[in-house]
Amino acid sequence: MDTAPAIEADNLVKHFGETVAVDGVSFTVPQGSVLGLLGPNGAGKTTTVRMMTTLTRPTSGTARVAGHDVVREPAAVRRSMGLTGQAATVDELLTGRENLRLVGALYGLSAAYIKRAGDELLERFSLADAGDRVVKTYSGGMRRRLDLAVSLIATPPVLFLDEPTTGLDPRSRVELWEVLRELVRDGTTLLLTTQYLEEADQLADRIVVVDRGTVIAEGTALELKDRSGRAALVVTVSHGDDLPRAEALLRTLVDEVHVDPAARQLTAPANGLRDMTRIAAAFDDTDLELDDLGLKRPSLDDVFLHLTGHKAEDEPTAETADRGEELVR
Amino acid sequence: MTTLDRPEIVDTGLLRQSMTIVRRNLIHIKRMPEMLMDVTIQPVMFVLLFAYVFGGSIATAAPAGYREWLLPGIMGQTIAFASFIVAVGLTADIDKGVVDRMRSLPIHPAAVLVGRSISSLMHSSIGIVVMSLTGLVVGWRIRDGLADAVLAYLLLLMWGFAMIWIGIWVGSAMRSVEAVNGLMFTTMFPITFLANTFAPTEHMPTWLRTVAEWNPISSLVQAVRELWGNTGPAPDAAALPLHHPVVTTVIWTVAITAVVAPLALRSFQRRTQD
Repeated sequence: MDTAPAIEADNLVKHFGETVAVDGVSFTVPQGSVLGLLGPNGAGKTTTVRMMTTLTRPTSGTARVAGHDVVREPAAVRRSMGLTGQAATVDELLTGRENLRLVGALYGLSAAYIKRAGDELLERFSLADAGDRVVKTYSGGMRRRLDLAVSLIATPPVLFLDEPTTGLDPRSRVELWEVLRELVRDGTTLLLTTQYLEEADQLADRIVVVDRGTVIAEGTALELKDRSGRAALVVTVSHGDDLPRAEALLRTLVDEVHVDPAARQLTAPANGLRDMTRIAAAFDDTDLELDDLGLKRPSLDDVFLHLTGHKAEDEPTAETADRGEELVR
Repeated sequence: MTTLDRPEIVDTGLLRQSMTIVRRNLIHIKRMPEMLMDVTIQPVMFVLLFAYVFGGSIATAAPAGYREWLLPGIMGQTIAFASFIVAVGLTADIDKGVVDRMRSLPIHPAAVLVGRSISSLMHSSIGIVVMSLTGLVVGWRIRDGLADAVLAYLLLLMWGFAMIWIGIWVGSAMRSVEAVNGLMFTTMFPITFLANTFAPTEHMPTWLRTVAEWNPISSLVQAVRELWGNTGPAPDAAALPLHHPVVTTVIWTVAITAVVAPLALRSFQRRTQD
């Protein structure tokens, strides 16, 4: 098996008139892995995906999907990838099966194959009973799943998902994640865009953080968390009365201690496990009773704030504010 | 890593891909038959309204009177509205991301437009059939030979083809179905009324008559009327196009296509590729 990257973006740039939507984005995605393109609304994620899926011509730079250049060999790129856009683009007036048949026929797949693969996909996405119903009657989560099923009818080796879970309730989201993990286990390479840090954390092997059209950080979720400041040690004492003594002890070991009486918690910066074992041993020598002692890594939220100076959900509208709140916490 | 069996993707060519999209558009009509109202109930209503409300007060040269004379006019209007049908369908597909989804598939870049055009022509043809049947009921007849009759239907289809390009142009330029509706109602109704479609041009004020007689719709309607034997030749005072309606109609369809098609394609590409 050749080991060339499944996806390569090489200094992609896109201008819309005066506006620079994407300003030199590069990354590679090894075969069989998941890349999360993380960024707030308007960061250029969708435009990047549209360039990589041949829908929009780059102003400059290029990209390769399964080894094919998106500008010079768009047909070969289209044969190697599936795309699920931001809005579910399934046809509302068709049934689930008819949607699968339409796209399958456009791929030039045989009717027998479409029937077999379509049934399998409907089964896999828990849509078997709804397959002959008109999509208009589907829930948001069902539409998303059908949309993904349609993108998979020709089993593309590379799959692009543009904000696959935007607008889904938490349960549908977790279900969709499970399906995506399965696909990756079967060897599909995945590029997904998301504004939800949790989603990138859950699914992606590597994360590329984009903001205002440029890549501002890249790495695994762990690396990104490490980069944005040290981890914190959190000590929770069993009895609130012990707090002053615990604080005094901790101050002998670290420079800076933050006390939260309501939570009976002390927080101190810590450099990984070595600090933690040292502090744990010190507490073990006293008669202080602890509920918990542990390391807390910064969440991707903190990472984003650290990297960009603003929150992931920049200038949220009333509608997205609700959703963002719920999903980011 | 397991490897899935990947099916062979076959390039079935523009025609089959377009027909796949046509089939999808026909399923839409099957699920929402009210989509056909614009080529069934609406023109039938026009026939009845004009024939019975105005019919008595408009004198024409048709053997069976105004109703026979009127029918080709309404056919002309119906086929002109083919542009409307294309525009609404295309805007809806662009708006909902269906066009993007299809463009991401390994199909011929023109398949989306060809499929949309063929289904819109089928849609309009249903209207032509309904009109013909309605006409037969209210007294319209084909009075000349078969060849002339067929030529008249061909002219209507050619006209429909030219209208498709206007539809693609408008459909790509407009951002919503509502905008298309607004634009098309405020342009297509005056254009199709400012002609010989519903009333003879002889009694119009001179300037209006000139406008109406040079209106391409008038040539089409005059051509179809003459070929079906629903009217005599245009009076001497009529403008030049009406004396050679068939040739003029052919010239118009070619000219509209030649001018609008490149604009439409550019507009479609700009809309979908950026």
